[in-house]
Amino acid sequence: MNRVEPADVPVQVRELVHTYGKHRALDGVSFQMSPGEFFGLLGPNGSGKTTLFRILSTLLTPAAGQASVFGHDVATHPDAVRSRIGIVFQAPALDDMLTVEENLRHHARLQGVPRRQRSQRVTELLASLGLSDRRRQRVGQLSGGLKRRADLARGILHRPGLLLLDEPSAGLDPRARRDLWRYLDKLRGETGLSVLVTTHIMEEGEFCDRLAILDEGRLVALDTPANLRAAMDGTIVTIRADKPGDLARAINDRMKIDAQVLDGAVRIEHADGHALVPRLASAFASQIAAITVQAPTLEDVFVKRTGHRFEDDPAREPS
Amino acid sequence: MNATLAARPGLLGPMISLLEREILRFVRQRSRLISSALQPLLFWILLGTGFRASFQVPGTSAGSDYLTWSFPGILVLVILFTAVFSTISIIEDRQAGFLQAVLASPVPRLAIVLGKVLGATILAVGEAGLVLLAAPLAGLPLSVSSIFLALLALTGISLALTGIGFCMAWRMDSTQGFHMVMNLGLLPMWLLSGAFFPLAGTAPWLRLVMTINPLTYGVRAVRLALGAPAAPGPSLAMSLGITALFAAATLATAVLLVRTRADGPGK
Repeated sequence: MNRVEPADVPVQVRELVHTYGKHRALDGVSFQMSPGEFFGLLGPNGSGKTTLFRILSTLLTPAAGQASVFGHDVATHPDAVRSRIGIVFQAPALDDMLTVEENLRHHARLQGVPRRQRSQRVTELLASLGLSDRRRQRVGQLSGGLKRRADLARGILHRPGLLLLDEPSAGLDPRARRDLWRYLDKLRGETGLSVLVTTHIMEEGEFCDRLAILDEGRLVALDTPANLRAAMDGTIVTIRADKPGDLARAINDRMKIDAQVLDGAVRIEHADGHALVPRLASAFASQIAAITVQAPTLEDVFVKRTGHRFEDDPAREPS
Repeated sequence: MNATLAARPGLLGPMISLLEREILRFVRQRSRLISSALQPLLFWILLGTGFRASFQVPGTSAGSDYLTWSFPGILVLVILFTAVFSTISIIEDRQAGFLQAVLASPVPRLAIVLGKVLGATILAVGEAGLVLLAAPLAGLPLSVSSIFLALLALTGISLALTGIGFCMAWRMDSTQGFHMVMNLGLLPMWLLSGAFFPLAGTAPWLRLVMTINPLTYGVRAVRLALGAPAAPGPSLAMSLGITALFAAATLATAVLLVRTRADGPGK
């Protein structure tokens, strides 16, 4: 295998620790991204993914450990990092009172895009994002979706090697989400762009090459979405019941099968759920209201690795 | 790979860009333009007319009018209002997320401070300059040199006050907090600068506060530049010098603040 030069490694994180008072938001996280990789940080609120994002954005200095972007340490060489990253925050970083074009030109200057290239880049980007006809419109008058697209243009205007995306799917419908990833994939083909994305939406993890699952400041899993699912034991059987606690205990005792109660339902991870269903149905017919068999999802992976459910509640996400 | 050929912006380009944004925003919010100039003018006319009968500057001959005497202080009030409104937008920018992108860009931190402060100063001095045209109405004839010197003093005052506003707004997450500091800090600073009533004839402790208050020398510089009635005290050059030091100190503090990266939670 070829050794990758440090200057080509989009993100390297070693034993990263960050504390807020006594609370350890990051508790020794290490990983390394590959060039051109789409890398997902998956975790619920409070998992530490936002803290990690802010450290990589150079907005926060880590308490201990090291983080570098293309070989430049975020703590000691923030400007070298800043000129190589593009960031799209949860809230669009655009001035509502300025037009789309004025906003983009402003950021082109902040990023040091040479004067001769500014107009051309703005024109090209607006065209490729389908915003050409919004060019002279004030950002405050754009719909939420268009505003986010204009903000993406701001994030990639200076052709960063690494794009940091914080919860890009919040407020996007599934189709817009697919379009976003298709566009990023096209950019990757053209410029070798690498992407690090934080998300609490499980489906978004499927767009990533690899996923890091964070829980309470620790990395609990790191692999491709397919491998993470494959590491699960076949299928997930979910049983709705009036007394899920009693039922789970009975299944454990009488069938020697590990059954858990999660969100008021009995949950069984089993190599062959389809064969299990008739046995369960005949043994506990009176106690079962409904029974389903599913292939494991990333959410199931999360539950297995952390022992608790993923809070997938966008309303509780701080904006 | 083009990732390693990343460009670095200089100081001037980003600074001018931030400054232009400041001015564009101001022009697009006409209510700000009107309120920050008209409010002080209204104060001036109401207070001036009210105090006219009972007011006499200590140490000057009788008959000097409060409208004339208070005019330089009103110019400084225009600066205060405009400057403060401009720096309040730092808090709004932080809440809206705009500021994060600026901070995470390779822009020199000095450019972030100067873009804001110079933008606000151009606006503030521009507004005060318009109000200055009313000086003959206040019985203060204008000349090229008096306009130049008055604008010079007002520029120094504006740099200092925007610098203070910048430092206050930087660590604040609500505009309410800023209004409180404005009312309990900056307005009293203006009241005790010899803009509203003269030093002479006040209680000794008040006179001490007014002597320490750096804004006193800014107001005095404007007063002397316009040939408005003034009690004996520091010369115009001395007052301008103190104002310049005041501005330099607040701007240096602002740059230091911006250079410090957050290490806590929050914004």
